[in-house]
Amino acid sequence: MASKTANRTPPRSRREPEGRFPGPDKYSVLLPTYNERENLPLIVWLLVKSFSESGINYEIIIIDDGSPDGTREVAEQLEKIYGSDKILLRPREKKLGLGTAYIHGMKHATGNYIIIMDADLSHHPKFIPEFIRKQKEGNFDIVSGTRYKGNGGVYGWDLKRKLISRGANFITQILLRPGASDLTGSFRLYRKEVLQKLIEKCVSKGYVFQMEMIVRARQLNYTIGEVPITFVDRVYGESKLGGNEIVSFLKGLLTLFATT
Amino acid sequence: MTKLAQWLWALALLGSAWAALTLGALDLPPSCREVLWPLPAYVLVSAGCFALATVGYRVATFHDCEDAARELQSQIQEARADLSRRGMRF
Repeated sequence: MASKTANRTPPRSRREPEGRFPGPDKYSVLLPTYNERENLPLIVWLLVKSFSESGINYEIIIIDDGSPDGTREVAEQLEKIYGSDKILLRPREKKLGLGTAYIHGMKHATGNYIIIMDADLSHHPKFIPEFIRKQKEGNFDIVSGTRYKGNGGVYGWDLKRKLISRGANFITQILLRPGASDLTGSFRLYRKEVLQKLIEKCVSKGYVFQMEMIVRARQLNYTIGEVPITFVDRVYGESKLGGNEIVSFLKGLLTLFATT
Repeated sequence: MTKLAQWLWALALLGSAWAALTLGALDLPPSCREVLWPLPAYVLVSAGCFALATVGYRVATFHDCEDAARELQSQIQEARADLSRRGMRF
């Protein structure tokens, strides 16, 4: 089902859903959370609003890694409010990492498309209908939100942060020539089977994991579309981008450079 | 072929072409040789300047999304009100 080349375009995107294809598309949003008690209700409310206003069939899968701040209780309330067919709680015992959270979430996903995003309100669900539109337009395997093109952008970053971001992205583009403008972004839409395949192949963690997904996708000839997004950073003030993060980013980048 | 391997190949090819020409493989006139010899250094410096200029330009034109932040703030208020109505205890 995953289209490997852009040529293979039976006008799937232009057919009515009631045609020969077995039912409408469903979009599963994977929300890994850790200590998001404040933000979780808000992000879920925004997701429900965006999906309902566009008449899109969806489900939201919340993967909480045993947050000590009561995120789980908040998630349970949301499940009561919106229904357990729309809000799926699939928690884990402790903080286990993003890749495994995605794998865990996908096991329970009944959609044929998966959306990954941050739960801290830096990614706005209003872009999801645009991702979907873009995906259908080009029959893409992946649609990636980009902060660096079109009217994409950020809020809440000072000069230093912007410099690091653009500098890192520049080096990444030179070294990896990835065919996507925003590699460390994590607001993306994937065909379910494409995400499954990529996660199997990826070995890195953190920022580099998101980069590796795109690089591997290119290796496997998956098609990638881009949609400009706005990234509203409310967290940056508290968590400075430290020397450690930069070093591990560079190490990850060089590893990808040498191995892909 | 990995990206690293591609780079090494490209460098090896260009490097050996440059070395061959500067050491006299094609009997070039001395004026050509004079230009050719420092070429790698010039290329490096130009590449560095290009990189700085590109990154500088991109930082300067990096969109600051104030509208998005404002919109988010008002939607947060709306969300909290609506959720409280539906029985959410924050």
